[in-house]
Amino acid sequence: MTETQTQAAAAERPATTTMPLAKALNSALREAMRADEKVLLMGEDIGPLGGVFRITDGLQAEFGADRVLDTPLAESGIIGTAIGLAMRGYRPVVEIQFDGFVYPGFDQIVSQLAKLTARHRGAVSMPVVIRIPYGGHIGAVEHHQESPEAYFAHTAGLRVVSPSTANDAHWMLRQAIESDDPVIFLEPKSKYWSKGEVLAEPAVDLHRTVVAKPGTDVTLVGHGAMVHVLLQAAQIAEREGTSVEVLDLRSLSPIDWAPIVESAQRTGRVVVAQEAPGHVSVGSEIAATVAERAFYSLEAPVLRVSGFDAPFPPAQLEDVYLPDADRVLDAVDRALAY
Amino acid sequence: MSAGTAIRARAAEPIRLLDEDGRIVETDENAEHHALAAQLSTDDRLAMHREMVATRAFDIEAGNLQRQGKLGLWVPSLGQEGGQVGAAWATRPQDTIFPSYREHLIALHRGVEMLQILDIFRGARHGGWDPLETQGMRIYSLVIGTHALHATGYAMGVRLDGRCGTGDAEADEAVVAFYGDGAASQGDASEGLVFAASYEAPVVFFVQNNKWAISVPSSRQSRFPLHERARGFGLDAAWVDGNDPLASFAVTRRMLDAARQGRPGYVEADTYRMGAHTTSDDPTRYRDDAEVEAWRRRDPIERMAAHLRELGVDDAALAAIGEEATEAAADVRRRMLAAGGPASDDIFDHVYSEPHPLMVEQKRALGEFEASFGDER
Repeated sequence: MTETQTQAAAAERPATTTMPLAKALNSALREAMRADEKVLLMGEDIGPLGGVFRITDGLQAEFGADRVLDTPLAESGIIGTAIGLAMRGYRPVVEIQFDGFVYPGFDQIVSQLAKLTARHRGAVSMPVVIRIPYGGHIGAVEHHQESPEAYFAHTAGLRVVSPSTANDAHWMLRQAIESDDPVIFLEPKSKYWSKGEVLAEPAVDLHRTVVAKPGTDVTLVGHGAMVHVLLQAAQIAEREGTSVEVLDLRSLSPIDWAPIVESAQRTGRVVVAQEAPGHVSVGSEIAATVAERAFYSLEAPVLRVSGFDAPFPPAQLEDVYLPDADRVLDAVDRALAY
Repeated sequence: MSAGTAIRARAAEPIRLLDEDGRIVETDENAEHHALAAQLSTDDRLAMHREMVATRAFDIEAGNLQRQGKLGLWVPSLGQEGGQVGAAWATRPQDTIFPSYREHLIALHRGVEMLQILDIFRGARHGGWDPLETQGMRIYSLVIGTHALHATGYAMGVRLDGRCGTGDAEADEAVVAFYGDGAASQGDASEGLVFAASYEAPVVFFVQNNKWAISVPSSRQSRFPLHERARGFGLDAAWVDGNDPLASFAVTRRMLDAARQGRPGYVEADTYRMGAHTTSDDPTRYRDDAEVEAWRRRDPIERMAAHLRELGVDDAALAAIGEEATEAAADVRRRMLAAGGPASDDIFDHVYSEPHPLMVEQKRALGEFEASFGDER
């Protein structure tokens, strides 16, 4: 590239705006609704209140109660009627108030939403997005801090994604709404108030895994809020002389294997971390697949760091339950010791 | 408390226009419904009879096919044809229908092929048809009660589209969901009533109370009439003789036309499941022959035939309808036995609307695995 070309590229570089992750979601919803009148929002308290996390703040005022539906308090009813609206040609975006409240709608998600396209042999699409604020670190009561991603990633017919940055929150939500398939959109609620730059254009596809930080000695893999713990762990490890690569999964179903396998082949050591319990989890799938596809490159078994296989504890114990940088670094040390 | 004790507060009789012998029943209460039924000409009534007879012949043939090992399962609708034909004729062409899995007559009425229904039960497909090609007849739904919400959501969409409430019954759209007394206990059925009432959705729930949810009597599902329960949710509700095609037509037509104007409704059809729940069921383990025999005297097809004779239709015409039905059933049997099975690719091809790497990879891997056997398989 010539100097002139470089300068031109810089001039054309999309303007960025800095905003909290929550605001990035709000602007994505607003833009999606402006772009397509078939996009509807449904959920509990999403009207005048703007949702308990204010993600839909101001949207009912702009688009009216026919497009921002404050629904009766019934998750199965919300998702079931969203399915009917999708059959009618709408593109509903459903807000589930908290992770642990999605289960009353579980049948409608896994037996209906996920399978209706196949049941119709492709004649009917299900462009429904289900937004779920998930994960811990907010000191809340029971059912408000869970990580239910494995249930959905296990179900054929769904797409499951989780952004970790404001930019991804904005653009991945836009992409999810544009998808003709159902998308479970997991929002890292502990990062709602973290600010970041939002680009004027999407830079990466919905289902791509990206390198959040390059490194050479160990690969750390995670998604959502955990990516920030991994970056913190990487910073500490670097001070101790270990070069750590951090991958932000972004998509949990499908999983973008190429960057993960490629990184594993370079570093030979992989640690997967997540807030969710480890048993039969996304981390398990990554460990198994890396073992299958990068076996001869591995210097150590793929190690998993996760929430314990116990119910999410009362808030005073959440910092014990949730993996922090120390637990990640302990796994890094064990991986390096092989 | 046993499940067999009497249900409280039941109204004396469901709305009935034809008695068990096919004679017109005139009361002060049913005059409005007689007026609606008067829209049906003798030819219409003959056509309704033809649909019931054809469905029953198909139903019996499908049961035979299951017993001969050609279907994995069959779900008979024997005895429920009267309510179904009335409801089917009550819909207007622009209406959308969300069935459960026992609505064979409704499906055939809207143009679904018999073979498409059999495809589900011979293990070839999970759904079988594109609703855009079957005059608004959606596919069967097997998880009890779930589709009550899909129907309600669809009706909410009709309202958002402005395709109801104009006062023009020929153009305004309505939606009807079919389910049964067992499904009425499901949370989704109740949530459907909540959402329908809340959003004034143009939807009618047509509930065939056939008295048995597999082996459990309707008295275990509710001690209180289901249509009264619906009123408690704020819906208009009616109780109709579900073995009376004319009454089912009139009541459902009235409720659907009210729904088009934003008043969701609920029809409880008093009927009886004459056959087993499915071919895997054995009703002799849980119900008396006497009960079944009592309902046999209320057979909707016999009732309609008697009514048609009263209207001057001769026995030869009725016999011809029977022969035609037997022939159609034999024809679908021949066609089903000649039909091929699904291809392995069907497992992957329609799981997602957009390309998905796992589907691509696994389809390719299965293809290579199958090809690796050469001609050995």
